[in-house]
Amino acid sequence: MPVWPTLEDRTGRLRAVTPDAQAQLEMFRRMVLIREFELACIDLFKRGQIKGGIHPYIGQEASGVGVCMALRTDDLIAGTHRSHGHNLAKGASPARMMAEILGKETGYCKGRGGSMHIAAFDTGSLGALAVVGSGIPIAVGAALAFHMRGEDRVSVPFTGDAGTNTGNWHEGLNMASIWDLPIVFVLEDNKYGVSTHIRDTTNVSDLSVRAAAYGIPGVKVDGFDVLAVYSAAIEAVARAREGLGPSLLVTESYRFEGHYAGEPQVYRERSEVDEQMRNDPIVRFKKTLIESDVAAESDLDAVVSATRDEIARAIEWAQDSPEPDPTTATDYIYA
Amino acid sequence: MTTIERDPTSLGVTTPTMAPDLIRQVDDDTPSVALTYQEAIREALREEMVRDETVFLIGEDIGKHGGAFGVTRTLFDQFGPERVRNTPISENTIVGAATGAALVGMRPVAEIMFVDFSGLAMDQIANQAAKLRLMTGGQCCVPWVLRMPQGGGAGKSTAAQHSQSLEVWFAHIPGLKVVFPSTPYDAKGLMKAAIRDDNPVVFLEHKLLYSFRGAVPEADYVLPLGECDVKREGRDVTIVASAYMVWQAMLAAQIVAPEGIDVEVIDVRTVSPLDEETIGASVRKTGRAVIVAEACRSYGPTGEWAMVAMEQAFDYLKAPIVRIAGRNTPIPYADSIEAGAWPEASDIVGAIREVMA
Repeated sequence: MPVWPTLEDRTGRLRAVTPDAQAQLEMFRRMVLIREFELACIDLFKRGQIKGGIHPYIGQEASGVGVCMALRTDDLIAGTHRSHGHNLAKGASPARMMAEILGKETGYCKGRGGSMHIAAFDTGSLGALAVVGSGIPIAVGAALAFHMRGEDRVSVPFTGDAGTNTGNWHEGLNMASIWDLPIVFVLEDNKYGVSTHIRDTTNVSDLSVRAAAYGIPGVKVDGFDVLAVYSAAIEAVARAREGLGPSLLVTESYRFEGHYAGEPQVYRERSEVDEQMRNDPIVRFKKTLIESDVAAESDLDAVVSATRDEIARAIEWAQDSPEPDPTTATDYIYA
Repeated sequence: MTTIERDPTSLGVTTPTMAPDLIRQVDDDTPSVALTYQEAIREALREEMVRDETVFLIGEDIGKHGGAFGVTRTLFDQFGPERVRNTPISENTIVGAATGAALVGMRPVAEIMFVDFSGLAMDQIANQAAKLRLMTGGQCCVPWVLRMPQGGGAGKSTAAQHSQSLEVWFAHIPGLKVVFPSTPYDAKGLMKAAIRDDNPVVFLEHKLLYSFRGAVPEADYVLPLGECDVKREGRDVTIVASAYMVWQAMLAAQIVAPEGIDVEVIDVRTVSPLDEETIGASVRKTGRAVIVAEACRSYGPTGEWAMVAMEQAFDYLKAPIVRIAGRNTPIPYADSIEAGAWPEASDIVGAIREVMA
């Protein structure tokens, strides 16, 4: 029997928190935005217009959106190499993100960061940090500042499943727990660290039990279900905001694309991917929205086509934007 | 009064034990107090914590215990556990948390107990803190200070994992600033500058200097980062050094003075960004350079500083540049062999005579 606290302990069971219709439609819009953005990136990559690699978030949209919809703009997220989705979920501009990925001066990071380092401080993203697990200590520090200043802001580091085996993870969860910091550790279990399955690198099947080592609540949710992710996130964020300390939220889903766009994926069978794609979080949520009378199918299709238009405009604007001046290669090293 | 003692392991030359008169930075008319290097750093921390409530300390055993070298002693009692924050043994997250707090408006001063342990934190130092400003296109800055004692010698026998000189690890990473003071006056003024600077500053403290005492002004003062300091003016030979080796250089200068050799000592008190102009101007004047560092010879600071001297003053050189550096070895334990790992004044004296020959 587990003796550690769980998120369920506070309420008897994990509450299902159902956002209002407008919020649900916004969730759907953001998930579609991420999907269409990533598809556009893959297309641009295949056509050689994106030089660096990209790491698509396709299949995991419900995780980022469910968490970020539970946050305020002034709450902070820290991302990973796979953070297009986190930034879009937190409200970043797809045009400025696309400009960044295309290496343009109009990008969020003025073309200095690229796909793996998009930061959007104006919408509460302190950066995509591409060394696995490295955002955890930094998010702990942001939470420490909030705690020391008595602010009710929350810090949320996203990490993939493989990040749970880094030293960052252990040090960060431990330090946050001893100080009761306002932080929600989101572990996005997409099953693979590059080519290696999480079952080959971890001896527990439920990663949320790792919270027990730090005396903090841990919960695993269906990462394909945006409402389930949102409900758990609301609870964990509330705990953090109330000064009750950190939580671990494991969202279990799957990476539909390779580790990077164009990866041969020799390490997994196509049938495994096809099986997982039956859980497509957008298809599922669309069905839920229609069945619960939140929206008609035509409304949702209109969201998709409006999003495609938005991304087409974003790409056009980004492509027309200037590249950074070569004489500015050493700008922004020092403040 | 300068105290000189004969070192039996050297070639009949000398080393300083405590020689405050070798360097005078505060004139007699300025109200001042005699502080040790350790005390000077502590007073800088104290004054900045009083001045700016966003300044806080984070590190292992820095609370009641006062840190491994006592630098933060008494600060816990004055500022309490929130602002003098003891941590688990988690170097990477000490630095990462400092970075995260700095990103949202705090000015943390983190401590790693020995520079040798910085390897545990190197992702956060080199990949994160140093690069965040550029990677984000200037959206943020990381105003932290990372204090780390380094260096060794003089029979301390702390062996291979507690004695290294690693300033080039950090100086090689653009985005970091690296400070390595030699005197109490410099330590205090540079610590204040480091805390007020908007960039990540690696503040290295030489362990053998903690007990060195010197005059420090009573009034608030801040020294500029990124500048070398001329610790002794001379006509004939330029010695470039930092921290403890500055004292060895000053001693060597005193030893050769009766021979009619007038030595200039350049203190690289900010290792990065390096003040190439001051080194260049000095070598153009003297035409001779002896480059000194405690760090290992290969790929160490001496190679960089010698190259700067050559680039800046090649046409003025009257003799090949000579460098004196630590041996390429992990630091061995026993007194008798530990002493052989580092350069000392006798080596510098030999080098001065060589370039003057």
